Formats: sequence, structure tokens, C-alpha cells
Amino acid sequence: MKQFGIFIQKEFYHILRDRRTLLILLGMPVVLVLLFGFAITNEIDNARIAILDQSKGEMSQEITQRLVASGYFLIDENLQEIAQIEQHFREGKTKMAVVFPSGIEEDKRRNLPTQIQLIADATDPNTATTLINYASAIIGQYAQEQARGQALPMQIRTEVKMLYNPRLKSVFLFVPGVMTVILMLVSAMMTSIAITREKELGTMEVLLVSPLKPAMIIVGKVIPYILLALANTVVILLLGTFVFGMPVRGSLVLLALECLLFVITALALGILISTRTDSQQVAMLISLMVLMLPTILLSGFIFPIESMPKVLQVISNIIPAKWFIIILKNVMLKGTGIEFVWKESLILAGMTLFFIGASVRNFKTRLE
Amino acid sequence: MRTVLFIIRKEFLQIFRHKVMLPLIFLMPVIQLVILAHAADFEVKNINLHIVDQDRSQASVQLIGKFRACRNFNLVGYSFTNQPAFDEIQSGDADLFLEIPPNFQRDLIRHNAASLQISVNAINGVQAGLANAYASAIIQDFNRQIRTEWARSPALKAPAGLSVTYSNWFNPDMNYQTFMVPGILVLLVTLIGMFLSGMNIVKEKEIGTIEQINVTPIRKYQFIIGKLLPFWIIALVELSIGLVVGWLIFDIPFVGSLWLIFGFAAIYLLVVLGLGLLVSTITETQQQAMFVSWFFLIIFILMSGLFTPIESMPAWAQAITRFNPVAYFVDVMRLVLLKGSNLMDIRLHVAVMLTAALLVNTLAVVNYRKTN
Amino acid sequence: MLPAITTDKLTKRFGDFTAVDQITFEVNKGEIFGFLGANGAGKTTAMRMLNGLSRPSGGQAAVAGFDVYRETEKIKKHIGYMSQKFSLYEDLTVRENIQFYGGIYGLPGKEIRRQVQELIGGLGMQAYANTLVKSIPLGWKQKLSFSIAIMHRPEIVFLDEPTGGVDPITRRQFWEMIYKAASEGMTVFVTTHYMDEAEYCDRVSIMVDGRIAALDRPRALKEQFGAGSMNDVFLQLTRPKP
Repeated sequence: MKQFGIFIQKEFYHILRDRRTLLILLGMPVVLVLLFGFAITNEIDNARIAILDQSKGEMSQEITQRLVASGYFLIDENLQEIAQIEQHFREGKTKMAVVFPSGIEEDKRRNLPTQIQLIADATDPNTATTLINYASAIIGQYAQEQARGQALPMQIRTEVKMLYNPRLKSVFLFVPGVMTVILMLVSAMMTSIAITREKELGTMEVLLVSPLKPAMIIVGKVIPYILLALANTVVILLLGTFVFGMPVRGSLVLLALECLLFVITALALGILISTRTDSQQVAMLISLMVLMLPTILLSGFIFPIESMPKVLQVISNIIPAKWFIIILKNVMLKGTGIEFVWKESLILAGMTLFFIGASVRNFKTRLE
Repeated sequence: MRTVLFIIRKEFLQIFRHKVMLPLIFLMPVIQLVILAHAADFEVKNINLHIVDQDRSQASVQLIGKFRACRNFNLVGYSFTNQPAFDEIQSGDADLFLEIPPNFQRDLIRHNAASLQISVNAINGVQAGLANAYASAIIQDFNRQIRTEWARSPALKAPAGLSVTYSNWFNPDMNYQTFMVPGILVLLVTLIGMFLSGMNIVKEKEIGTIEQINVTPIRKYQFIIGKLLPFWIIALVELSIGLVVGWLIFDIPFVGSLWLIFGFAAIYLLVVLGLGLLVSTITETQQQAMFVSWFFLIIFILMSGLFTPIESMPAWAQAITRFNPVAYFVDVMRLVLLKGSNLMDIRLHVAVMLTAALLVNTLAVVNYRKTN
Repeated sequence: MLPAITTDKLTKRFGDFTAVDQITFEVNKGEIFGFLGANGAGKTTAMRMLNGLSRPSGGQAAVAGFDVYRETEKIKKHIGYMSQKFSLYEDLTVRENIQFYGGIYGLPGKEIRRQVQELIGGLGMQAYANTLVKSIPLGWKQKLSFSIAIMHRPEIVFLDEPTGGVDPITRRQFWEMIYKAASEGMTVFVTTHYMDEAEYCDRVSIMVDGRIAALDRPRALKEQFGAGSMNDVFLQLTRPKP
């Protein structure tokens, strides 16, 4: 046991001596949470639009003013002819053009239906849809006011309740995701590289002939990373709570246990990778391609799983991060207890056992 | 120049000595591209809907029918009281529930007004907003329908007046993949390039072979070029494969010039690989190099406009993106491939990238020390 | 005739620690110069300053007539180096390693092809030519490293504990290679802590705690210290004074 303690101490030295890595490991979660909280959002405002006013009338002026006043739009340029629109889109600054045809004032006087044309750069379909929706709504409201709206009969009002996140803060969604990515990074990627490093430098052989059991060596190697990962979790939670006002509604103990479970799952994955290769570069590329990208993109962190094609929805089931994110959202934001997450927890535990089993098998075949 | 060729040859031998490297570098990214392009979709489909119908009238049945007909919604539950709906939201089986109160139809006819309630799981704020917008649109539509069908007075059609028409240029089908594939391609090429080059020199430091190189009369720039070119070639090949996949599988329109894409990519990769080498010269171990690269890459990627529009960021964040090479390449790929922008349109991008390439690689050469 | 290496009060400090303390010596052309000392005595540090890997903190030195401060890149054209840490690429084959180093030393293609044949033939490594270096025995690796270090016919070759960990027979063969190189006019600067190897050198210097404690022909040193072997000389010098 004493030897084991000394061994863990050596691992801590490795980590603590390497100031740069330590700084990054502790700083990265902070930077990510701050970026997601302050800089990265899907909401669109201040989109640049161009105005092509062929009517030169009062109505076009008023509508333009309303568009600007909404805060969603910035007038980038006043155009002279239709052909300029494409050129502006190609330079990439303008997202939408509003065209007021020359006859609209005349049509209005005669009480004829008039049309204003919106042309969106739909290379980004989301932004295009959103901008058109915003602009249509603003123009629609203007039109209604112009009609001196008589109240319509049979009006259905809709009350909307936004549950769990009434102010629709995107940071609520991102905090669990960032936590997952960081834990995966520290636990799986770091350990797979730390272990292959010993192999590459030849120090693994020295350790293997020592009286420590191979299993103990591996456990000793990963313990510091568990602590590091948990420290990161705490930092992220504190930031989420105190900077962004994100609540932790469920039990803290349950949350801590679930984090520990996921850290162990990720470590087991890291160990599995390290049993498959003895090159740090290969370990890194596998971690990157097989772990990190799916963790970011197929876990429901950024893109909703329900919107993906069926095949991907099925594939997403084998990604541990998916289950962990569900658990986090449940415990942190919905405040549910174990009765709502036991299934997900069992799946993670099962995966962990599978990864450990596979690692042990790989390890044995190597020694034989 | 011959010296450089020897280094390049050695690098290629070493990279592909590991049998897993070839598929990892060339096959995995293609698989990733195909998967990610399908996954990276903000469009909200399959919203799981639970309806609580406390009215059970002709109107409520008609409204429910409208929801069922909409492909964005997926009716997962139907009940007469609130509790089952809440439970399903809590467990995650439903995303949204619509509550039709008792006497909905009667209020509508007698009082000329009635109300409905929508509750959305808003943890994903954007998704919740869109779900709510879809639901409201259906309700509006339903409202218009019953107004024309049931209302007695004839003069209730919308008055003639101002209306809006719209058209979507460059991507009339509103295909999200067309938008994402060029961007994801940038992501993959960047990841492979930066990590391979970032871990390269530092690997020689770690193993000790760098000393043997440092006692040779090799010039610093020869060494850096020799280290840079193999990855530059690999990354360009990778980009070509990705573009072919994009064309075959995703029908990406190649509106602009491919020469322009490759020309820009060539400069861009010099920047990315130079950054990798710079990381390699300032770190001591591969583990360190990987984390430093990873740290900057994740910021580059998140701030690149790849997943979320740059215009939505606050001004300070937008200012940061001006120093982000990934943002420039993502932009150029979309501009040229999808909109057919020409060299004049992207001249600013080219100028910035050229300056950056020069700066980063000079720094890498200066920072690489043969003597310590 | 100009000496191959001259140093004058050459010093290297790391913070408060002085690894090499004002060493002054000359190495003649064509000489086998043994650089002895216990581990940590400063041998490797001194050698790294001479071959341009490390910048001195003080003093003067010239290698092949070039200054170690200003002309390190010129020095590098005239020297070969075999470091203590094994420095061939383990994931390249024997042949590929030879081709690579030949290439970066700027040997012409024809010369490289000739060297590949000659080196592999000379070492009797035909069977290993296309084997990855990581799977050949250590003795072979060391002999290969040496051959590669002198492939470009340098004036001076620096060997840092070249025979560490190899068997006596291989060590013998290794020294025969060193003699052969010296007989062709190459200056050999070799560090070792095998005292029997010191007997093979033309002259040896013994470093203790960063200083040169003795420097002469092995025979002269043995007479001076009244010792039967270099081992005794070394022990007398390094044993703490009563």
C-alpha cells in the first residue's frame, strides 16, 4: 500500500511539475463557460441588411425606421438597383435585402394590395428564416396599425410558459455540455496519453517489473486525473451558479456521484485506448476522432438529438456523453431525483464495465 | 532544398509507419463529415408533444388534428388532466404540452375569445423558442380557419393591404447541410493539420532525436519547412477528399472557383500548421503540446461562426474573431462554394491570411532554437 | 598545426549551480581525447557547449577553428555527434536512417547510396537493413549511431558515453571502429566512465565537480599518481580528501 502511495505521488509530480498543462486544464473550463455564457449564442440581433427603395415614399421610410428600431437589424447600405443585391451577398456582409417596389405608394392610395419583398441570403438557412420571420412580423404589425384594426372576432390567445429556463438563457444548456466535454478531455484523453507516454518512453516496462500489480499501476496513474476532473467540475458549477445564475435544483450528493461515475467511464475509455496503441500521436488522434467530436456533436450538447436522422439517433445511444448530459439536465435543471435517472446511470455503469473488461482482455493478450 | 526533401521523406515514412495512421487521417474524417453533417442541424424536427384536452369539443378535436398533421410535431401523449403531461416533461418524454381548457369552444363562440396554454421545456432556449413559434403558427392558422368557417358575418376576410413576400437566395431548399458541410470540412482539416504538426517537433524533443538534428549544419528554416510541408500536403489531400464527398453525398453546389478554394486553403494551412509548429517549439512534451493546441483550437472553432453566427456575438467577441484564422476559412468556403464569390470579393480575407502566414511562420522559425 | 579544439576558462552555470567551472584544454588533430569523470561531473555539459547545443556562460572556446559563441553553425559542418540518449529514429529502418542523415548533411545522392551499401556491409548488418531500428539489438544500434555520426567525414567527432550498457565484445569492436576513424585523421572526443577504455585514449582529462583535475597521457598519469591502472588514478582523484 505504501508503494502504491508513492506511485500516486509520482503521478502528481508529473502533473504539478507541468505548469503549462495544469494551467490549461484548470483555465480551459473557465474560458469555455465564459465564452458560452457571454459570447456564443444563437439569437440574432444587429443583422446587417440592405434597403432597395424604389418607391422613395413615406411608407418605405417608416418601415425602415421600424426595422432599425427593433434592434434586430442594422442598415448596411442603401442600394440603387436589384443587381447590387447579389454582389453584396457575395462579399458576405449583408444577410437580407428589403425591396420596396416603385408602385407601393400608388397602390396604397388606391387601396390595392401591395407587396414588399424580402430577399434573404439563405446559405445559412437558420439565420435566413429567423430574419424573414422578424421582418415579416414587424411589417405585419405596421400593416395592422395602418388598417386601424377593427378587433377580429373569435380571438384565441396563447399563454406560453417556458419551464426550467424562463429567460431562455443558452448558458443553461451549455454548462452541462461544457462539463461533459471537459471531463471527457481530462479523463479519457489525458489518461490515454499519459499511459502511452510511459510506453513510448519505455518507463512502462520498468513499472511493470516492479512489485506493483499492473492493475494497481493503472489505477495509480488515473487517480490524479479523477481529482483533477472533479476539481474542474466544481469550478464549472461555481461559475454557472454565481456568474450566470444557473440553479442546481437536485441533490448535490447525487450530482457528485453521477459526475464520479462519468469520470470513471471516461477513464475506462482512456485506458482502453491506451491498451490498443503505444504511440502518443495515435492515442491522441483516436481520442480526438472517436471520443471528442462525437461527444461534442452527437451528445445533444449543441445539436438536439431528436432532430437528427434515425440512424444517428441510434448511434448516439453508444455515446456515454449523451446519457451523462441527460442526467445532468435532470438533476441540475429539473431537480429530479434518482428515480428519473437510474436507467441512464445503469447504462453508464454497464459501459464502464464493458470498457474495463475489454482493456483487461487487451492487456492480457499483449503480455502473452 | 535537397535537405528539405530528405526531411519531408522522413516525415512521411514516420507518419505512415503506424498502420492506424492512414485510416485515422483519411478515412475517419470522411466518416466524421458524413455523420456530423447529419447531426449538425439546428432545425427543430420531431418535437414531442403532449396534449391535455379538457374540453373534448369539436374545436379541440380540430385543433389536435392540425397538430397531428404537422411534420414538426410528434404526438406522444394525450390526456384529460395536467399531471401526466407534467410527468412526461419531467422525464424528458415530451418537450412541449398544449393545454386546452374546459369550455374552450363555448368561450370562443360566446365570448368571442378563448385561451390556450403552451408549456415548453426551455432548457435548450433556442429549441424552445422555435417549438413555441411552430405551435403558435398552427394555432394562428387554426384561428383563421374557424373564423372563416364558423363566423356568421361575411366581411371578415383579412382586409386588402400590405403583405410581404420573400425569397431565399443561394439555397432555396433551405438545406442546412449545404451550409454546414463546407464548415465541417474546415474543422476536420484544421484539427488534423494542427495536431499532427503541433505534436511533431516536440516528439523529437521528447525522444531525443532533436539533438542529433541540432548538431547538423541544417538551417532553421529548412527544418521548419521540412516539418511543415508533409502536413500541408496531407491536409490538402484531405480537403480534396472532403470536397469530393461533399459533392457526391451532399450535393454541395460548387458555384465558385475551386482554384480559389485551394489557393486560399494553401495559405490558410500555412497559418494553421505554423501555429502547430509554434506550439511544438514552446512545449516540452507531446501531452503539453496537445493541450495547448486543443485549448486554442476549441476557442478558434467556437468563435469561428461555424455553429453559431458571428453576428450574434457581442462586439468584443466579434473583435476577437478578426484574429481567428478558422473564422476566415469557414467564411471563404461558404462564400466561394455556395455564393460564387470571386477573388475580388474575398481580397480582404486573402490579405489577412497572407500576413498571418508570414507572421506565424517567422515566429516559428525564430522560436525554434538549435542552441539553448 | 592548429589544435582541433581549444578552450579557455569555459564555464556553464545553471542558476546558482556551476556545472562546468573554467575548464581550459586543447585537443590536437587526429587525437583520441578521453573525457573522464563521474556521473554529473559536467562531461556532457562541456561537450554540449563545444558542439553548439548549449551556449556557454563564460570563457572562450573554438572548435575546428570556429568560435562557440558566434559560429556554431559553422562548427556543425565540421563535427559529428553521438549523444548519450539514443538518437536514431526507432520507427525508421536502418537503411532509412542512413539515408536521412546522409541527406541532411547534404551528401550527394550517389554518395548516400554508396554509404548505405558500405555502412551496412561494413557493420555486417545486411540482415537488418530493412528492419526498424527499435527491433535491433543495442550493440548494433550503438555501432550504427557511430557510423552515421561519421558518415559525412567530419574533422571532429564527439561521442557521449558511446559504450554505455553494451557487452565487452561489442565494446571492443566499437573501439576498433574509433581507432580506424582516428587513423584516417579524425579527431575523436569521447566521454566515458569505463576506466579500461581510458587506457585506449591518446590523452585523457579527468573532471571532478566541473573542473579538470588531471590531464595527460594515461601512462604519464599512472606514473604521476603512482597507480597501477587508470581506475586507481580515478579513485585517488575522486575520493574525498582526508
